[in-house]
Amino acid sequence: MLTFNIVAGICLAYVAILFGVAALAEQWAHKKKMTFLKSPIIYTLSISVYCTAWTFYGAVGSAARNGLEFLAIYVGPTLVFIGWWWLLRKLVRIGRTQRITSIADLISSRYGKSNLLAVVVTLLAVIGTTPYIALQLQSLTLSFAVFTETNANAPSPAITALLIAIGLAAFTVVFGTRNLDANERHHGVVTAIALEAVVKLVALLAVGIFVVWFVADGPKDILENAESMMPKDAGVFNSRWVTLTFLSATAIICLPRMFQVVVVENDAESHLATASWAFPLYLFLMCLFVVPIAVVGQEILPSGSNPDLFVLTVPLAMGQEGLAALAFLGGFSSATSMVIVAAIALSTMVSNHIVLPLWLYRTQSRNPESDDVRSILLRSRRISIAGILALGYFYYRLTGGTSALASIGLIAFLGIAQVLPALFFGLFWKNASRSGALAGILVGFAVWAYTLFLPSFGDTFLLSKNTIENGLFGIAALRPQALLGVDIADPLVHAVFWSMCLNLLVFASVSLFTSPKPLENLQALEFTNVFGRTSQRHMPSQITTSDDLFILAQRILGRTEAGRLFSEKAQEQGKPSGLPDPTPELILTLERELAGSVGAATAHAMVGQISGRDTVSVEELIAVADETAQVMEYSARLEKQSKELAATAKQLRRANNKLTKLSQQKDDFLSQVSHELRTPMTSIRSFSAILMNDGEIDREQFAHFSSIINDESQRLTRILDDILDLSFLESGKVKLNLENRNLGKLIEQSITASQTAFDTKEIKVNIPTAFHKVTLFTDADRLAQVFINLITNAIKYNDKDLPIINFSVSETVKTVTVTISDNGPGVSEADQEIIFEKFSKLSSGASSSGVGLGLSICAEIMRNLGGDVVFTPSKTGAMFTVTIPRTIKSRDAR
Amino acid sequence: MAKSVLLVEDEPFIIEALSFLLTREGINVSAFMDGNGCVEHIQKTTPDLVVLDMMLPNKSGMQILEELRAIDGLANLPVLMLTAKGQKKDRTAAEEAGVSLFMTKPFSNKEIIQNINKLLSS
Repeated sequence: MLTFNIVAGICLAYVAILFGVAALAEQWAHKKKMTFLKSPIIYTLSISVYCTAWTFYGAVGSAARNGLEFLAIYVGPTLVFIGWWWLLRKLVRIGRTQRITSIADLISSRYGKSNLLAVVVTLLAVIGTTPYIALQLQSLTLSFAVFTETNANAPSPAITALLIAIGLAAFTVVFGTRNLDANERHHGVVTAIALEAVVKLVALLAVGIFVVWFVADGPKDILENAESMMPKDAGVFNSRWVTLTFLSATAIICLPRMFQVVVVENDAESHLATASWAFPLYLFLMCLFVVPIAVVGQEILPSGSNPDLFVLTVPLAMGQEGLAALAFLGGFSSATSMVIVAAIALSTMVSNHIVLPLWLYRTQSRNPESDDVRSILLRSRRISIAGILALGYFYYRLTGGTSALASIGLIAFLGIAQVLPALFFGLFWKNASRSGALAGILVGFAVWAYTLFLPSFGDTFLLSKNTIENGLFGIAALRPQALLGVDIADPLVHAVFWSMCLNLLVFASVSLFTSPKPLENLQALEFTNVFGRTSQRHMPSQITTSDDLFILAQRILGRTEAGRLFSEKAQEQGKPSGLPDPTPELILTLERELAGSVGAATAHAMVGQISGRDTVSVEELIAVADETAQVMEYSARLEKQSKELAATAKQLRRANNKLTKLSQQKDDFLSQVSHELRTPMTSIRSFSAILMNDGEIDREQFAHFSSIINDESQRLTRILDDILDLSFLESGKVKLNLENRNLGKLIEQSITASQTAFDTKEIKVNIPTAFHKVTLFTDADRLAQVFINLITNAIKYNDKDLPIINFSVSETVKTVTVTISDNGPGVSEADQEIIFEKFSKLSSGASSSGVGLGLSICAEIMRNLGGDVVFTPSKTGAMFTVTIPRTIKSRDAR
Repeated sequence: MAKSVLLVEDEPFIIEALSFLLTREGINVSAFMDGNGCVEHIQKTTPDLVVLDMMLPNKSGMQILEELRAIDGLANLPVLMLTAKGQKKDRTAAEEAGVSLFMTKPFSNKEIIQNINKLLSS
């Protein structure tokens, strides 16, 4: 006799076995042993999480109540795997290349990595999956209850459900969050699921065979009885049946747990090829004995028995306790595998798209260590799993046993099916945009909630009875189950029609009217053209010559390097000389070598071109453009550097030229100084020698010669003084003695000082009274020196009997300008250019007493005082214009 | 017949000193103080020797020398270049232009008299 305790014991033993299998598989996967773990059969079996307890037990119940309707649930996925495997292949390829971790991740990634979309899809998945988990808990509890009738000590259904939920949570946490795999693959779990799939199938087949050949008298007997037992109105190919087929086809792609096993856990694309026939075969076997069990169950069990439990109760009624226990394990496997995978898939979504972004947002200021993130992620996964199971449990407690839970399976299907348009068209339609996807999903979800989800609670939840019957705000067109007056009897078909139509309409129109962002465009290309991607290396079908490859290699790698590479390859191929054969291996090696120089995408495109491989795809062009942009940026940097170098070189050249010029000027200056000093020294030496050696000269001559020696000595001193003065002024080390001085007085003093050199000469000076009204703040002694030099020149070079010197003054706000003109011979045009140069020898027979430094000194002083002195051409005599700042400023003075 | 020397020089004191020294030697001394018209003056007066300064107003002594050497009959006229520019390159340039003797200022009275006498007697 099977008691509750025995059943519970069997369950625990079974779970222990699952634990062992999962742990072993993890170990093997870690050590890369046991390649069968990665076999397509395991993959196919894991896909059978599609068959939940709802299908295991419920299919028989559905057949008993609604005839062949249950078949639609199997036909949908079969059609997808057989007819639409190319869609699955594209999903799997994208999943691998983009490292997709969940369906929310896929949708978000396709639409420009939008986290908002990911959050919406995650919430949708949680809302759609929770009732499903509750359903599993209910069927498990019910199946346990079958054995509790004989045992008063058995716990209540609520406690059973709670214990089951806790146990499942523990299992999922242990194997679902053991480590963080970049690809989110869980070898242990998948292997355990595969084992459970076998148990499910074996259990159902065993019960079926027992029923057909041991209870009934073979298939013929069953078919005869089916005529009378099966519901008469059961029909296929009506609108509800088509709708169910559509929904189940959608579910195999869109349900989080299905996406997890089909796409995320996929190890190799080739596994899909096996699954495309093996999974439909599995489904076929699963539904093979549904009708016989339903027929026999109705026949032998008292009327009123729950047909949902026939799989269990028929063997029990026939006294086959072992078979019953096997059937129970089959149901147990169906429920647990579904819950485990769903919890893993959901927890990945919740923690990746909700918990982690929130946590990162909160810790933005801090700089999280990678280990920190890792532990946070693991912890959030575990809490999510517990939370999801808790949610399922509470949902079960709230609605358990009511009709709401029984019908919720299909309702939840439709909720999650709202992501289908965004998913499907995202794979094929480049212009599908983020806004379109978001709007479509939200609209579809709202319509689903309004027309199906909320009304399924009757008038107990949010919608009043009045609203359901007469529409929102009493508007008939808004009746939840007859929108716009479209009266479809079946609420499910009605809801599918409206939610899918509106979803598609909004999705398509918003996509058409929004312009996607660049990242979205790029992702759109990555997804829609995933089969043209560079990562897949299709070997060239028509091989090229090694010559072309060698030329390419030489161009990029250089002659020596290319030669070395090719001769190495030739030797590897056993060729003593010449080029190696253009094997795929050579081409790959070459591509790798080139990639180091020009980037992977460019290298691939180049080699692809030469080896006659597929044409260059848009992605490759984009990648090439990226690389080119990097190269261009680099060369722009180099160009900038070389420009800077050129500028520096130019500056250096300029500085060098200046130094050379200065050095030349210094040499010239020294040469001039030497010449100027030698001239008076010549007179002095000659005359002193005459005086020394000649006794014949008279007193008068003696006095004359002596005075020449004296004059020339003074001239020498003057030259030296001027030279020192000038070099001091030029050095810029002049310290100015600044004071306020009346300009008129300053000029009068200058005239007096100049006249002392010309005692004998009478001169006439005109100074307007305006001069006495001007006061300057400057170095008065230096300025006086300028005037003295100019006045002295005016007198010295004047050939008139009465030299006349005219002064005039003009003022501006900041400057005072003094002009000094005379009635002398003036300066010839040729000389005007050089009079300010040092030691300038003027053409007009200048007096020998001139040194040629006076005007240079004037110019240098004015430069130091922040003003200037220029020669002003005039018709009579010479005219100089001196400009002086009214108040000297430090920045003017040099 | 007394020899004649032309001093082409813009420094009055140097003219005075040389005049004093050469006159005592019995030489006829005249002077010309400008670069302009100097060559024409020499052609006209045909001195036996020219003492030529290098730095002159308007035309340099070098230029005058080159012009003299280009004139028939004056190609062999003795020219003593007397200059305050004592650099080697000046001496080389003057010698290439056909100067008879190159002396720098300041000069030794004894030496310049000896040199002028030697040039006049040769």
